[in-house]
Amino acid sequence: MAPFPHRHLLGIEGLSRDDILSLLDLADSFVGQNRAIDKKSSVLRGRTLVNLFFEASTRTQSSFELAGKRLGADVMNMSVRTSSVSKGETLIDTAITLNAMRPDILVVRHQSSGAVELLSQKVTCSVVNAGDGTHEHPTQALLDALTMRRRFGHIEGLEVAICGDILHSRVARSNIHLLKTLGANVRLIAPKTLLPAHATSFGAEIFHDMRKGLKDADVVMMLRLQTERMTGSFIPSTREYFHAYGLDFEKLAHAKPNAAVMHPGPMNRGVEIDSAVADDKRVSMIHDQVEMGVVVRMAVLTALASHLGNGAPAGGTQ
Amino acid sequence: MTRRAFVNARLVDPASGLDTQGGLLTDGARIADLGPRLFNEGTPAGAEVIDCKGHVLAPGLIDMRVFAGEPGAESQETLATASQAAAAGGVTTLICMPNTHPVIDDVALVDYIERRARDTAIVHVHPMAALTKGLAGKEMTEMGLLSEAGAVGFTDGDRSVTNAQVMRRALSYAATFDVLIAQHAEDPMLAAGGVMNEGELSMRLGLPGIPKIAETLIAERDMRLVQLTGARYHLSQLSCAETLEVVERAKAQGLPVTCAVSAHHLALNETDVASYRTFCKISPPLRAEADREAMVDGIARGIIDVIVSSHSPQGPENKRQPFAEADFGAIGLETLLSVALGLYHQGAVSLIEALRPLTERPAGILKLAGGRLAKGAPADLVLIDIAERYLVDAESMRSKSKNTPFDRRTLTGRARLTVVGGQTVFTRHDHS
Repeated sequence: MAPFPHRHLLGIEGLSRDDILSLLDLADSFVGQNRAIDKKSSVLRGRTLVNLFFEASTRTQSSFELAGKRLGADVMNMSVRTSSVSKGETLIDTAITLNAMRPDILVVRHQSSGAVELLSQKVTCSVVNAGDGTHEHPTQALLDALTMRRRFGHIEGLEVAICGDILHSRVARSNIHLLKTLGANVRLIAPKTLLPAHATSFGAEIFHDMRKGLKDADVVMMLRLQTERMTGSFIPSTREYFHAYGLDFEKLAHAKPNAAVMHPGPMNRGVEIDSAVADDKRVSMIHDQVEMGVVVRMAVLTALASHLGNGAPAGGTQ
Repeated sequence: MTRRAFVNARLVDPASGLDTQGGLLTDGARIADLGPRLFNEGTPAGAEVIDCKGHVLAPGLIDMRVFAGEPGAESQETLATASQAAAAGGVTTLICMPNTHPVIDDVALVDYIERRARDTAIVHVHPMAALTKGLAGKEMTEMGLLSEAGAVGFTDGDRSVTNAQVMRRALSYAATFDVLIAQHAEDPMLAAGGVMNEGELSMRLGLPGIPKIAETLIAERDMRLVQLTGARYHLSQLSCAETLEVVERAKAQGLPVTCAVSAHHLALNETDVASYRTFCKISPPLRAEADREAMVDGIARGIIDVIVSSHSPQGPENKRQPFAEADFGAIGLETLLSVALGLYHQGAVSLIEALRPLTERPAGILKLAGGRLAKGAPADLVLIDIAERYLVDAESMRSKSKNTPFDRRTLTGRARLTVVGGQTVFTRHDHS
């Protein structure tokens, strides 16, 4: 396999079809290791991975931590409380300080779009975007794709309905880029207030009526209503939102009979998804998504490892 | 009195339509005479002779929108450093905005600016005073007294007066004293949280957008209020084709309305923001290419009266940030002339049309004596090499802050010599 041609993973946009497929293949190959009793390998032995999370996260951070550890890396978690950070100068300061400690890979989540890219320009190690503002969340899109591919055997030609708060969703952006690149048909379902004004330019079909949007869909990807990113009122109430856009079995019946339901988590039960749907193992892929999260991150770390230095001074002083 | 003879000049004066080879004589702070045959009998005895080598001698530029940093943000810019940047850019008069700490909303602050300008600045400086006290958008300032003290207009600078009642009263009152009101048209509610133009690009970058309607809506409303009150109204900056339409319609109705565009909006568009370049984060935001073209067209058709630098110095602590957290603003005093000349070099406008929005028009709107080459007019002049190509180097700019969006770009045409009140305040030596 050709080495991954990027030093950082900052987004799905800019990745080629081959880049994506090679990451998915690699991730698939880790599933066995991940289910074995001895889960450890030594691809990243001696390497240091730092999780730098400016925004709270449970699953993404622990997923990266496990991925790093299973590949033999030393993992350090740094949760920077946003409240104690005085804007982005600290971001650059923190980046430069951390860089001086010679980590090999920095995994960064930040509340500002573009912040991870900015940080990547200031460090000599590899950087993985674990979510920046409302911009991208590339590993989420990769794990979603792997989940779909393992379920359906392919991604090309799948009808994927992404439903909910598209406007504030980095998951939606990364997924749209990835799914379009791999040849799936993407539909976006949301009220107009939760869609970007220029959503049509994504090359996806737009629906405001959820039942019409779900018709014959293979995959129903629900998004979390991101109340923390909302300024002002985008919807009148969560009750009304659930009525129109909450996924229950009645609405799901419009999709294909074997349709898969996905959610990046954490879920707002009773807001965007009915518990009965979320917990039904026949349709819900939510736990598979979490499992695939670890192998996808192992694949990303492995791919980036081919670019890591061999211990030479990272520019400047010893 | 010192007399200076500018010989071998190409005299270009938008006010009179003059474009001719000739000479110009200054006597002290005034232009004594000018014309194609002025020095046919030789230069006057005792006059200092300046050989213009065929370059363009034009009225010094008047920049209607400068955030000078003083008082309150002297770490980013002072009247002294802004005036040095102005001089290097061929700007002989700068109008500073009241968005300072404290706000220029009191006669004492106008006096302070004038004193500091007299003591430290090398070009003319006139303040615009706040339209509302503390820029709070609620109570109007003492327009009569401030105007007598030297304020050349009233504006809340980079803030919009959104309360229609406040705006109506301010316009009515301004009409009483025939003073100029300048509005930054942007509905803060529609623009809330936005950091760049709302469009496909903002969506892809995951950045909250500022819709064009935020600007157009306020402009549209204000035209109605101008119609009602008869006040002289100046739209400080427009950025999109829709707002241009609003202004064009108002002008066709004969309303006393003028408008300006920043040089940045004539030369750049939203794609310059891509990859999160905070140095292109300005207010109003850079719009789509079609809007930029509309702005150029607005200059060519004379609908847009004035080109401003909208010079807004920001230090690295404010700019080297994630895009959404960085401050708005770009410096522009030193590149204003080059951008305007760029329109001429692209064939969009004639040389006179490129210079008019920088000289005659702002002088007319502000009722200043400068901005023209005429006997008795102030000897505020700029000698321009219109063909000189140069690489913009942020670090060598005179502004205290270096946040130019043009760094490492090649521009064409700039000032070689700048004269304020008959005195040379800037001479370009090669390699500077």
